[in-house]
Amino acid sequence: MSDTGIGAAVRRKEDFRFLTGQGNYTDDINRPNQTYGYIVRSPYAHATINSIDTSSVKEADGVVAVFTGEDMQVGSIPCGWGVNNKDGSPMNEPFHPALAQGKVRHVGDQVAIVIAETYAQAKDAAELLEVDYEELPASINMENAVNGGPAVHDDIPSNLCYDWELGDEAEVNAVFDNAHHITSLDIVNNRLVANPMEPRAAIGEYDTATGEYTLFTTSQNPHVIRLLMGAFVLQIPEHKLRVVAPDVGGGFGTKIYHYAEEAIVTWAAGQIKRPIKWTCERADAFVSDAHGRDNLTHCELALDADGKFIGLRVYTKANMGAYLSTFSTCVPTYLHSTLLAGVYTTPVIYSNVKAVFTNTVPVDAYRGAGRPEATYLLERLVDRAAREMGIPQDEIRRKNFIPTDAFPYQTPVALQYDSGDYFATLEGAQKMADVDGFAARKAEAASRGKLRGLGYSTYVEACGIAPSAVVGSLGARAGLFESANIRVHPTGSVTVYTGSHSHGQGHETTFAQLVSDTLGIPIENVDISHGDTNKVAFGMGTYGSRSLAVGGEAMMKALNKVVDKAKKIAAHVLEADAGDIEFADGKFAVTGTDKEMAFGDVALTAYVPHNFPHDELEPGLEEQAFYDPNNFTFPGGCHICEVEIDPETGVTEIVSMSAMDDVGRVINPMIVEGQIQGGLAQGIGQALLEGAVYDEDSGQLLNGSYMDYTMPRADDLPSFKVGTSETLCAHNSLGVKGCGEVGAIGSPPSVINAIVDALWDLGVTDISMPATPQKVWHAIQDAKMAQAAE
Amino acid sequence: MYEFNYDKANSAADAASKLAASDDGKVLAGGQTLIPTMKQRLAAPEDVIDLASAGLSGIAVDGDIVVIGAMTTHATVASSSDVQSVIPALAELAGNIGDNQVRTRGTIGGSIANNDPAADYPAACMGLGATIITTKRGLSAEEFFTGLFETALDEDEIITAVKFPKVDSANYQKFPNPASRYALAGVFVAKTGSEVRVAVTGAGNDGVFRAHKLEEALAANFSADVVDISPMPEDSMIEDLHASAAYRKNLIGVMTKRAVQAC
Ligand SMILES: Cc1cc2nc3c(=O)[nH]c(=O)nc-3n(C[C@H](O)[C@H](O)[C@H](O)COP(=O)(O)OP(=O)(O)OC[C@H]3O[C@@H](n4cnc5c(N)ncnc54)[C@H](O)[C@@H]3O)c2cc1C
Repeated sequence: MSDTGIGAAVRRKEDFRFLTGQGNYTDDINRPNQTYGYIVRSPYAHATINSIDTSSVKEADGVVAVFTGEDMQVGSIPCGWGVNNKDGSPMNEPFHPALAQGKVRHVGDQVAIVIAETYAQAKDAAELLEVDYEELPASINMENAVNGGPAVHDDIPSNLCYDWELGDEAEVNAVFDNAHHITSLDIVNNRLVANPMEPRAAIGEYDTATGEYTLFTTSQNPHVIRLLMGAFVLQIPEHKLRVVAPDVGGGFGTKIYHYAEEAIVTWAAGQIKRPIKWTCERADAFVSDAHGRDNLTHCELALDADGKFIGLRVYTKANMGAYLSTFSTCVPTYLHSTLLAGVYTTPVIYSNVKAVFTNTVPVDAYRGAGRPEATYLLERLVDRAAREMGIPQDEIRRKNFIPTDAFPYQTPVALQYDSGDYFATLEGAQKMADVDGFAARKAEAASRGKLRGLGYSTYVEACGIAPSAVVGSLGARAGLFESANIRVHPTGSVTVYTGSHSHGQGHETTFAQLVSDTLGIPIENVDISHGDTNKVAFGMGTYGSRSLAVGGEAMMKALNKVVDKAKKIAAHVLEADAGDIEFADGKFAVTGTDKEMAFGDVALTAYVPHNFPHDELEPGLEEQAFYDPNNFTFPGGCHICEVEIDPETGVTEIVSMSAMDDVGRVINPMIVEGQIQGGLAQGIGQALLEGAVYDEDSGQLLNGSYMDYTMPRADDLPSFKVGTSETLCAHNSLGVKGCGEVGAIGSPPSVINAIVDALWDLGVTDISMPATPQKVWHAIQDAKMAQAAE
Repeated sequence: MYEFNYDKANSAADAASKLAASDDGKVLAGGQTLIPTMKQRLAAPEDVIDLASAGLSGIAVDGDIVVIGAMTTHATVASSSDVQSVIPALAELAGNIGDNQVRTRGTIGGSIANNDPAADYPAACMGLGATIITTKRGLSAEEFFTGLFETALDEDEIITAVKFPKVDSANYQKFPNPASRYALAGVFVAKTGSEVRVAVTGAGNDGVFRAHKLEEALAANFSADVVDISPMPEDSMIEDLHASAAYRKNLIGVMTKRAVQAC
């Protein structure tokens, strides 16, 4: 292994720029003659707009233009996945206007854009906009929405987007009828606000000379935005639309989607023929960035007398919010129900998902997307079943794990896992967590009046999305391949153009390691370019832990083409047969001779092809590849959480968090550890701290600021114990699986199971996320009251 | 933020007269509350009069009294060896307000003038029996804090300093709001001779208050065992997303016991 190649903990190349304030984010970009846009948003959850009077706005200082939905008549913001109902009929797909068309459907819905010479002028003038709203009753809570609540969309009175199923319900029910034991749980998967450090921003620009539009935006996937916005919303052909996503300060899923504001500034720039910059303020981000999770689930696990899982049935209501965001429909179905086998051999599974419209911000994928929800319900069920049947937590898991020699393993819920070793990750995590010493630690804590608990989560997830053929058959309206272009410059340095997009993941380092390792050149000689549709051929972007497993594989494919071509060049120069050229350590050598040529010389020759046989050998050294994976990748592992609860205040302290994850081959262990730590922080955030709360009547977001929405902070988190245990992905050349989401997927149930473990003896059997101090305290009080009553 | 006129005062008297001359003026201290509220357009003063050069910052010990200038930052109070040695609980309280940035800007005068029901300093003022010195008079803490975000200050009256008497022992226990880290319930217990004062912030519907029944019980027997919060009316407690009234009431009991034990 070289010190910059595969497996090396190379320091992140991009960090100098970020840490010295030299990143180039959308809001850092300023275009000549630029104006500023302010988006006027709905203060109501549900209202009819009788009229809008823009006259005073137009007269205000500095105002260039104001546009409302009446002005902006464009296509619907599209949803990327179709999901069919049980009966085969297509889902309900409401029109999703960029600017409200006569009605607003959530607090924060876009009503108008005011454009002025300065941002302050735009914001001042926006206060003069007179909107005559007629407030309507709103559907906020999902149960109400599907039980006769007010219709969010007039043409969808049921508020149901779809009623979907996977599996044979009758077959599963028959198994339950004969089960030795059934464990049931009602689960709330709390609604989260991603809150990336950089708020969303967009600059729209129109070039009157060429008729070309440019959109600078905070996106995880600029090509996808170009396609969705160009083809569906604004009808701008690709060759006239450039989308640039420069440095992006965190995404976590919420920057995948095509947002109204992107279309608004692009369209409006065409109207006023000047660039328009819009930057979201944090308060607006809370009510306009897609939220995550928000499922209500009833689930049941059937077991035989020996504790083997014999069946699972799961009934979920998934909140879509007011409109269908890009990925929203696939999250609770294809990214959730297909994961319900987990790491277990459960033979029959049934899942029903009802997707529900409510007068709330649209909900979409957030770090993990569907897999955390699946893992959470499964691991809570397994934990409870073990308690009910008196089986130790590790034993019930081992009893039901997919055996290590059973891969490839076909689950009953469509997916085929290619590799994994769940016994190894469980054992590794148990060692890190010092499970053997837990009883003593619990006793010591009890002597201080504190309650200790230990919780397990053993999980698998599907990432590296996704094989186009598979997702196409599942309703995706796009393929999920990736592209890479390797441009070798005449002096041997390399620029890689990738369709993946880095917004904190460290791609500029990890990808450069692949190139350094493969071509045997110094890592300093490699730059990674991404995020500009005018530079990169095409790209599906970064989400679903796909960048290395899909984007990296595309790069390997292109690199192999480069090496093949370089061999031909070397063979020509060294007057040998291409088949006799060996390439190692950056040198091309003729087998069995001392004739060799360095990579840099081959590169130079490629561009100074004085005596190339032109019918056999083209000048230049640049290769393009597209890679479409054969399957998902399946990282898995075990997270063990140990908590200590103060029964007087209900405060839960995480005293240790041990994560043993199998993410496939590790290219850069430091970056992998960082990704896992970040995921754990967000998982713990979901379990203990975060949760968007709406007022059930008014539909106002009650905790729409950091004064009330609890983001995890460093002092909320323990010093993590993180380890990796490798089984290689069987269907890609690097053997990589993905590490971006495992922390957030695996950890939440381990935290809640630990809390339940700590409180079980007091009679507390369940606690919902986020397990805030007051919730834990009330649970303890309620259990005491119940015991006193007995 | 709306447009406003910015002016600097070179003394407290100058600030008071500028305030009196303005239709809608506000003095600016550390700006940790005023500026964010202006940015959110919740406050729109016409004139902002900066106290930074008014000479109101500094800490002096006068016998058994610590005098803290209104413009003294939380960080200065927290790190002052005078405060640490005379009333260590006060230094510790200041050191747990907000974060580093807030502590290096925010001031004691700004904090108590604002009288946020979840702020920490009001508990110290009530608990220690401080006197708030203004451009017009001296006020006891009980007189000064009059309700949620309300004080006895006149429109053109400025706090110049706060005087804290030395006590035998004192301790402040804060249970932070998990999101904002302001006090969800904070209890300041101080004991001098046979007198005990218990001041509660973060929990009361009317802002900071003294828990007289707890004070009496503790004066008779200064022990955590006598702390009994059951007579406290639950309907006098703030109830919000983060804490029910019952939970807040419980926290008052727990924090009081811990403060007594730490005294
Ligand atoms: C992120 C954050 C976290 C915080 N956490 C906490 C916390 O945990 N606990 C806590 O107690 N506080 C907390 N605060 C508030 C902080 O302590 C502020 O410093 C305080 O509320 C206001 O002080 P200031 O000096 O910034 O006053 P300013 O914001 O400048 O002024 C506040 C108000 O007081 C008036 N005023 C200021 N000085 C005087 C004076 N001398 N005489 C008369 N009126 C005056 C102003 O006109 C204004 O109306 C936090 C603030 C932030 C931003």
